[in-house]
Amino acid sequence: MSNFFEKSDLSRNEAENIISDTLQKCDDGELYLENSKSETILLDDNKIKNSSYNSDLGFGFRAISGEVVAYSHSNEISKDSLKQSSENLKSTLKSAKGSYNHEIPKSNKKYYDNINPIEQKSLNKKIDILNDVNNYLRSKDGNVKQVTANFLGEQKSIEIIRSGGETLSDVRPLIRFNVSVMLEKDGRKETGVYGVGGRQSYDSYLKDDNWKRVCDEALRIAKVNLESKPAPAGEMKVVLGPGWPAILIHEAVGHGLEGDFNRKKTSAFHNLMGQRVASEGVTIVDDGTIDNRRGSLTIDDEGTPTEKTVLIENGILKNFMQDRLNARLMNTRSTGSGRRENYRHIVLPRMRNTMMLSGKQTQDEMIRSVDKGIFAVSFGGGQVDITSGKFVFNCTEAYEIIDGKIGSPIKGATLIGDGPSILKEVSMVGNDMMMDPGIGTCGKAGQGVPVGVAQPSILIDKMTVGGTKL
Amino acid sequence: MVKEQEFLEKKASYCLDLAKKLGATDSSVVVKNSVSETVNFRNKKLDESNRSDDLGISITTYIGKKKSSISSSNLLNDNLNILIEKCVETTKNTPEDEFNSLPDKDLLAKKAKDLDLYDNTHIENDQKISYLKKLEDAASHDKKIVNTESSFTQNKSNFVLANTEGFCDGYKTSSFTASSVTVAKDEKSMERDYEYSSKCFLKDLDDADELGKIAADQTIRKLSPQKIGSEKIAIIFDKRIAKGILRTFASAISSSAISRGTSFLKDKINQKIFSDKINVFDKPDILKGLGSRNFDSEGVKTDKLKLVDQGILKHYLIDTYNGNKLNLKSNGRCGGTSNLYFENGNISFKDLLNSNLKSLYITETIGHGSNIVTGDYSVGATGFLIENGEFKYPINEITIAGNFKDMFQNITLANDLEFKYATNSPTMLMEGMVVAGK
Repeated sequence: MSNFFEKSDLSRNEAENIISDTLQKCDDGELYLENSKSETILLDDNKIKNSSYNSDLGFGFRAISGEVVAYSHSNEISKDSLKQSSENLKSTLKSAKGSYNHEIPKSNKKYYDNINPIEQKSLNKKIDILNDVNNYLRSKDGNVKQVTANFLGEQKSIEIIRSGGETLSDVRPLIRFNVSVMLEKDGRKETGVYGVGGRQSYDSYLKDDNWKRVCDEALRIAKVNLESKPAPAGEMKVVLGPGWPAILIHEAVGHGLEGDFNRKKTSAFHNLMGQRVASEGVTIVDDGTIDNRRGSLTIDDEGTPTEKTVLIENGILKNFMQDRLNARLMNTRSTGSGRRENYRHIVLPRMRNTMMLSGKQTQDEMIRSVDKGIFAVSFGGGQVDITSGKFVFNCTEAYEIIDGKIGSPIKGATLIGDGPSILKEVSMVGNDMMMDPGIGTCGKAGQGVPVGVAQPSILIDKMTVGGTKL
Repeated sequence: MVKEQEFLEKKASYCLDLAKKLGATDSSVVVKNSVSETVNFRNKKLDESNRSDDLGISITTYIGKKKSSISSSNLLNDNLNILIEKCVETTKNTPEDEFNSLPDKDLLAKKAKDLDLYDNTHIENDQKISYLKKLEDAASHDKKIVNTESSFTQNKSNFVLANTEGFCDGYKTSSFTASSVTVAKDEKSMERDYEYSSKCFLKDLDDADELGKIAADQTIRKLSPQKIGSEKIAIIFDKRIAKGILRTFASAISSSAISRGTSFLKDKINQKIFSDKINVFDKPDILKGLGSRNFDSEGVKTDKLKLVDQGILKHYLIDTYNGNKLNLKSNGRCGGTSNLYFENGNISFKDLLNSNLKSLYITETIGHGSNIVTGDYSVGATGFLIENGEFKYPINEITIAGNFKDMFQNITLANDLEFKYATNSPTMLMEGMVVAGK
């Protein structure tokens, strides 16, 4: 737990007074304090390339009146600095005449432990593992030409002080371990990438030589790609594997169901509440409450406890994801989805762990039913235009399907579809739901936040595959 | 207001002295301050005001060939003492890397030239608001426009870079940025587009009316798009997309990708990678240039480079570490390019549209579909079908794909280069790409 006022000329009491005074006639707002420590240890090209440590401290002061948000942030937690911010907020909201909304739900549940993963493993041990990774991969396959592996660790302490002195706090651990390998054979180069992570210590993911499993997976993907042939171009059936391919859900419907875009009516989904947006059997939730997952949060960045929000139930659109501002303006409640990258940024409604739940079919049934299509197993990333609803995601491991059988691997290609209609093209939902390995970061308005995705295997009847083979 | 040089220099030398005292043989430090003020408008009303004041320091310490770094936003000496001690400790425990070093002393920049990168003008929020009002009035002129969002940011920054070879320099920069994002709607579709202007000097910023009008026009013309069939077709990249192709080229010739062997342009120096007529420059000393600089992020002087001469690759973008590894001297490109651009081609925009009976004009791409290891390219795209030089109808939900090795050889450039961003390209025609649609 950080004591933010310990080395400051500003006392907690004084801060509380400035906050209450500034937010007097506002509808909402708070002082958000953050202290984060993070490290990167990187092995690349046979060497430890980077060992760096970052410590970041600052506050963000927010005042809201009606639809207008005033925000000011600084690195200096001092009397002068907070007063200057207060003046900035007051001058923007000169004519505010709201009444402060004190209501914040409470919960005692915690979804991760208060640990500092950086301190729990010594630098030397981290360096040893990275060197082991390098040696293991290079000795395992003679075609390995490049290995990159890294540890990313973070501990972020936050505190939210609301008008009247109400205080909420959280300490969030987060780690990632990544391996990337490049192979070269007959002049051709291909890469494979894999990683694991979440809100626990490094050892929870790497004990018992588990790092070897991460290496094996990266190497397997690179090997598959070395044999890949040009991907087809055009509309066809697509079978998605379970787990990480749920980036599809994140891009195709997730962003379009965030409260801000729907309040502003700029999302392709804004007028579809209560309507069918997916095939029967498709249920999608956004869940911040799964223990130790990358996208989980005990409280969001406004202090609201997170929850499991049902977005689409059996194909029908049920809820949007809300922060406090958009919830108030849309006459609903916050779903605990108010997030920010750090104190430099304003809160936006964001996803946590977005999941499509299991159905009844098997992956085998799906593949057998396809005459001509592709089977996509692993993805790089995706993007969406929430207004037109068009979204893409990039395959990093995929195969052709011919006459119900998996054929040769195909080169990475972009798949494109239309968010509001793609889920109506889902004709089979598998019984094999899986979480992703814990490596996702979602970008919105220049802010990156850690998220998770999950899904079972699914069959999509029609999608455009962006290959080069006509 | 943004911190003065003297304050930043004092912090920098404090860190260098302390690192030395604690056992570092060499070190370098960057101290930065950036103050931004933004006002956002939505549907002609104030939506958000945002002020940010960011201080930051990053320190790299060397003990012989061992290296480690720390960064922090807390510049109090108490905190710096703890961090520098930690940094030196970590350096001791980090394995040696024979290529680690500060830059060659001879390569360090001498007296900084004034590149006219700082405008002292301060624009009050009320003035920003009146600019945005004018902009949004222009943007919402047509009733098909159903949502307008616009933004005005003033940024003032200052920095000092210092190292134990005696380098200590820095300067102030400013930027004024206005943007307009509009949403248009008809019975069949809803579309979004934008326009943006960013300048070092306030007086150079685009006119508010103009900006709003362009954003609205660009959005309205996208309404009721169609999907086309899959085929091989000539692609014309709008300037704002063409500059992205140049960015991919820059990442593929970065000395880090070259020394690691992870670029499709490795070992291509003095080889023809573009068609004959293509010349690429990186020019750091353009007055008021958005990418202009006196030295790179290690203090190495930066000269103008002709990266590609008549299609032939002449230089990589080299920093000290990767230069040591490749046995090449740094050319002052640690941190990347400065003002990077394709030289103008010799045909007009109109002639470019007319050079094929049928082509696709691309105004937006989505997805991260550029692979610099293999050169493969595949992205989602939005644009227009061009027939006989005329814009026929909007297109979306397609992908375009190819491989940069072939794509680079098939580029024709128009003569309409302008310096709107730090990286700029004229409108670009590319033959032989595959479109996937229906």
